[in-house]
Amino acid sequence: MAEKNEPIWIARDLSKCSGCRKCEIACSLHHENRIWPEASRIRVFMLVPGADFPHLCTQCENYPCVKACPFEALSVSKKTSAVLVNNEKCTACGKCIEACPGRIPHVHPANKKIIICDLCNGDPQCTKVCQEGGWGVLKTVERGEHPYKLYARTPEETTRNLATKLYGEKAEEFL
Amino acid sequence: MLGYAGKFLEVDLSQANFRDVVLDNELLKDYVGGRGLAAKILCDRLIHKWEEVDPLGPDNILLFLPGPLTGFFPGGRVCVSGKSPQSNGVVGSTVGGEFGVELRCAGYDGVIVTGQAEKPVYLFIKDFDVEIRDASNIWGKDAKETNTLLNKECRRLLSERYSRYGEWKEPAKLYIGPAGENKVRTAVVAAKWTHAAGYGGYGAVMGSKKLKAIAVKGTGPLPEVADLEKIKQMIKAVNRNAYDNVLWRRWGTGGGGYTFAAKTSSEPVRNWQEEWHNKKSYGVDQFENRVWVKQSWSDFGCPTNCLKISLVKSGKFKGAITDNPDYELQAYLGPNLGLFTPEENVFMSSLIDDLGLCGIQTGNLLGFAAELFQRGVLSKDDLDGIELKWGDAEAFANLAKKIALREGIGDLLAEGTYRAAVKIGKMKGKEVLQYAVQSKGIGIGAHGIRSGRDFSTDIGYACSVQCGDHTSTTDLPIDGYGSEVWKVFDDSAVCCMFNTFGLGENFTFRFYNAVTGLGLTRKNWARGGGLKTLQMQRALLLLGGPDLKWNPKVDDDNPSRFYEPLPSGPCKGKAADKASVRESVQKYYQQAGWDESGIPKSETLEKLKLEYVDKALMKLRN
Repeated sequence: MAEKNEPIWIARDLSKCSGCRKCEIACSLHHENRIWPEASRIRVFMLVPGADFPHLCTQCENYPCVKACPFEALSVSKKTSAVLVNNEKCTACGKCIEACPGRIPHVHPANKKIIICDLCNGDPQCTKVCQEGGWGVLKTVERGEHPYKLYARTPEETTRNLATKLYGEKAEEFL
Repeated sequence: MLGYAGKFLEVDLSQANFRDVVLDNELLKDYVGGRGLAAKILCDRLIHKWEEVDPLGPDNILLFLPGPLTGFFPGGRVCVSGKSPQSNGVVGSTVGGEFGVELRCAGYDGVIVTGQAEKPVYLFIKDFDVEIRDASNIWGKDAKETNTLLNKECRRLLSERYSRYGEWKEPAKLYIGPAGENKVRTAVVAAKWTHAAGYGGYGAVMGSKKLKAIAVKGTGPLPEVADLEKIKQMIKAVNRNAYDNVLWRRWGTGGGGYTFAAKTSSEPVRNWQEEWHNKKSYGVDQFENRVWVKQSWSDFGCPTNCLKISLVKSGKFKGAITDNPDYELQAYLGPNLGLFTPEENVFMSSLIDDLGLCGIQTGNLLGFAAELFQRGVLSKDDLDGIELKWGDAEAFANLAKKIALREGIGDLLAEGTYRAAVKIGKMKGKEVLQYAVQSKGIGIGAHGIRSGRDFSTDIGYACSVQCGDHTSTTDLPIDGYGSEVWKVFDDSAVCCMFNTFGLGENFTFRFYNAVTGLGLTRKNWARGGGLKTLQMQRALLLLGGPDLKWNPKVDDDNPSRFYEPLPSGPCKGKAADKASVRESVQKYYQQAGWDESGIPKSETLEKLKLEYVDKALMKLRN
C-alpha cells in the first residue's frame, strides 16, 4: 500500500475478473452513498460472458483527456495522480471521451457531468473489496515509471484480448 | 415503499403497447416480490378461468419479477413465472445474473407480459424508455449468437441515442433459444449463455408469445432503503461467510458429480436405475484440471463465484464451452446418460445451453428415452435411426437437437417426460410411466431420496407445490427447517439461496427489514405471506388444465422408481416406503390445512383471507 501523499496506481490483472462487480458497488457506495452501477467510476463490462473486466481510468502519462478539455474542467491531482473533474466547468461535451484511447470517461447518469476514477483521494475502495475476495484483479500500488497508457483500451479491444485468451480462436464467433 | 422502485411495466404483446402499473403497498408487504407476487398476480387475474388457460396460449401471463433484496443481497437473481406448461400450476423459477438489478436501476420492480405478438419481437428497456422491437434477425439463433447480436444492436442504439454518454455497458438480457421458440416444454429462459430459469418451462411460454428476449439497461441507483449502514454490514457478513468457505468457492457445486454418487448415493445414473457410481474419471479434480479455464465467475455482488467457465481444448468435443457444469447438469447430462468424463459433459451442457433447453428436464427426458430404448419399448426406427445407447454422447446430442427443433420423434419428446410417457404408453399399448422419474409434470432434480443421505426426505418432492424442483422441496413440520415456506421467501425476496447458507435462519429476514424498514419475522412469514403463497400455488396446481389435471391421491407421490431398492453401492437395498410416505403425506396435508384429498380447506383459506381462492376450489371438492 502506498504512503499518503504519494501518487498511486491501481494495478490490474483483468483476466482474473469474476464479474462480481463488487468494485462497482464499493465505488458507488463511496461516491454516491447508493448502490448505483452506472454512476460507478469503475464499470465491469461483459460483452462476452466469461470475458468480464473492469474498465477504469489508468492515468496516462500524458493525460490526453486533460489536454483535450476545452473548458479546463479536468486537472491532475498532485497528491494521487488522479484526473479530477471540476463539475462547475464541465459541460459533458464529450471531448475527453474522444481523447481517451480507452474511451473510459462517461457521463454521470443523474448530474450529467463527466465522471472519472479519482482514486478515492488516495485510498481506493474497489481494490479493497477485490483483494478481500482474493480475486486479485485490482491492487493499489505506488505509481512508478510504468507504461500506464497501455491499459487505456476500449471495451471492444479488451474484450477481444480476454475472450481470445480464454476461448482461443473460438472467441471470434462471439466478437 | 422503501426497497422498491415503485412501479411495474406491463406489456401487452397482442396490442403492442405497454403501461406502468402501481401495486398496492399492502400487497407488496404481504407477498414481497418474485414468487410470492407471481402467485398473487396469477391468482387475482386468472384463477376464475385457470383450467381453460393454455400455458402456451395468449391468455397466459409471463412474469419477470425481482424482489426487494435483488441487487442488495450478494448474488443477483430474478424470478420468472406464469402458468407452467410442465405442471400447469405456478413455478417461481429463478435465474442468476444482472437482469433483476438492471431492471430495478431502470425504475421497475418487474415486467408483466400478456398476449401474443404477431411476429417475433424483443423488448428493449432503457430506464423508462420502452420499445417493442422486431426480432426477426435473431429468431432461430442459438443462445450464444443471440447474446452477441443483442449486445451489438442494443449498444448501437444506445450510442446513437445518447452519443455523448461514453461507452455503454451491455444491457442485461433474458432470452430463449430455438427450443423456446418451438414451444418445447423443457425450454428455459436463459441469461449469460449458461444461466437458466429451467423449472416450469417458461422458455416455451416466451416462445408462444413470440418474445425472443428482454434487454434492459438501467442508469439509476437501486431503490432507497431504510438502513444502508446495516445493509453494508450484512453484505460484509455474507462476504466473510463465503470467503471462509474455501472449497465451496473453489468448486461450487462442481464437486457433486462424483460425491453425490460415491458418498451419498443420490445421483441419477442411467435414468435413476442406480444412484451410485464410483467413477474417478468424474471427480472434481478432473473438471478442475482438464476443462475449467476460469475458476471464478460471479453474478452481481456475489462473493462465492460458484460458477466456473469450462472449455474443451482437444479431442472430438473441442470448442465446447459452458459453465462448470454445475452439479445438476453434471448429473443429468453425465451419469444419467451413462457419460462419465468432463469432456462429454461439457459438450452436452454446451449444446443444451445453445439450444435453450433445460439441462435438468431434458437430461431427465433423454434418460427416460434411453431406458425405453434399453428395454426395447422404443426402437431405432422409433428414434429416427438413433441408437440411443448409454454412454453415446453424440446419439444423445442428436436427439436433443431433434427435441429443440421438434423434428420427428423430437416433437413427441418435446412435450416433456410425463406427457411423452403418456403418449408413448398409448402408442405402444404398454404402461411406461414407471420409467418417468418425475412429479406432477416436472422431472425430479438430481437429488434422490432412497439412500436417505441427501437433503430431500421421502415427501420432499411429493408435497412440494413446485413438484420435482430440487430448490423447492418441502418437509414436516410445515414451519420447520426443511419446509418449502422458506424457499418461498428466498424466491420472493429474491436472493441466492447459496449465499444464505451458514448465516442463520433469521438472516434474510433481517436483511429484508434493513431494506424495507419493516419488521417481518420468520413466524409472521410462515403464517402469512409464505403460507398464502403456498396455498395459492397449491390451488392453481390442483386446478390445472386444460390438457391435464392432477389427482393428489395418485400424484402426490414419488416416482415409482423411488420405491425400487437401490441396486448398487453402500446403500444397496434402500428404497422409499410406500406406507410411510402415505402417512407423512397425510400429516403434511393436515399441517398445511388441506383436507384428506389434499385440497386446501375452506377454513384454511378463509383464515388467510383467500376466500376467492376457496371459491375457485369448490368445484374440486365433492
